[in-house]
Amino acid sequence: MAEVKLFGAWASAFSIRIEMALKLKGVEYEYIEEDLNNKSPLLLKYNPVYKKIPVLAHNGKPIAESLVILEYIDETWEGPTLLPKDPYERAQARFWAKFLDEKCLPAMWKACWSTGEEQEKAKEEAIELLGFLDNEIKGKKFSGGDSIGLVYIVGNFVGYWFGIIAEVVGLEIVTHDKFPNFCKWINEYNSCSFVKEYLPPKDKLTARFKAWFEASHASK
Amino acid sequence: MAEVKLFGVWASPFSRRIEMALKLKGVKYEFIEEDLKKKSPLLLKYNPVHKQIPVLVHNGKPIAESLVILEYIDETWEGPAILPKDPYERAQARFWAKFLDEKCIPAMWKACWSTGDEREKAREEVIEILGILDNEIKGKKFFGGDNIGLVDIAGNLIGYWFGIITELAGLEIVTEDKLPNFRKWINEYNNCSFVKENLPPKDKLIVFLKARFEAFNTSK
Repeated sequence: MAEVKLFGAWASAFSIRIEMALKLKGVEYEYIEEDLNNKSPLLLKYNPVYKKIPVLAHNGKPIAESLVILEYIDETWEGPTLLPKDPYERAQARFWAKFLDEKCLPAMWKACWSTGEEQEKAKEEAIELLGFLDNEIKGKKFSGGDSIGLVYIVGNFVGYWFGIIAEVVGLEIVTHDKFPNFCKWINEYNSCSFVKEYLPPKDKLTARFKAWFEASHASK
Repeated sequence: MAEVKLFGVWASPFSRRIEMALKLKGVKYEFIEEDLKKKSPLLLKYNPVHKQIPVLVHNGKPIAESLVILEYIDETWEGPAILPKDPYERAQARFWAKFLDEKCIPAMWKACWSTGDEREKAREEVIEILGILDNEIKGKKFFGGDNIGLVDIAGNLIGYWFGIITELAGLEIVTEDKLPNFRKWINEYNNCSFVKENLPPKDKLIVFLKARFEAFNTSK
């Protein structure tokens, strides 16, 4: 019998992505909650390069990096597909997933956690990047179709986490007048029953980020 | 008849990756040399998000981001495989290609372009990161096994450009005692006839890079 383990953290968007994908495919797995301040020897053995979660271990063979894991899941198990069939559509899905993770997420994260001039600069960058996203979403469900897809899953940070963090730190950049399509997508995302089932509760996540925010300000 | 265009730059490793892949598959394409100081309207139209090369245009449909393009090429055309067939091996190939682009290359740039105390620190950092790669290539001819694959194609910067740049910068990084396996791969790579055919001539590249170094040093 196939043995699937997922090393993750309940508050991590990257970890939740993998759970979403596994659940979408109906894969049974053992979940191991990692304490990121005290990483397990097994995690460090399975991901010696980055020492991070999530790590998927399938029959003892580890895979790290959430986008890599998502493609592995799509190629290994039957069920609803994460990526479209058409090579051009697949390329677009990969392009936007990369854009979210390599551009949007870092800029948005920085906009939340930095201060002063650095924050202003990060805000401007995030606004510019969200503009591209807003334009891409126009008229689409941002998943290459009407089903849950790669970009929808990878979009969990911008669709859910970001709103919560921005509220905690008092940042307002995602407004209806600036990003009408993106806002519409966020609503759709948060109303999607499949997505809702696998997102950590808002109050719990808010409490976590509030603690971070207070700690970061206390240490200054 | 399928129309394939590649917007690129002769001196860019990212651009050359795509040419290598297209040649591997025997795909006929039109190459458009871009002037990065004066990007063509067509390039900006095809890649409005990043405004960068390379961009592959297949029957008028553009794809950007070299790793995304490489996967597209592998899925679209017959011929020698760029990625392995087995899902776990594919995941490993994607993981290492990402590692090259997200860790190795930035560390390498930092070491080459920094000065003073920062330089020694950056040099140690890149040796440490390449140590991880050294371990991965141990016992293999190429990252792709007996034949070049995704990681080897993506490895053109570290396999060829890096040696030239570090020599110009007066940096010694890939030594026999610290990185023996990586050094062996560099030799295999540079002796591979197919690879050699798809690299820009060393003398031309040296002139190009030297000019950039001099411009950089005079601006300090």
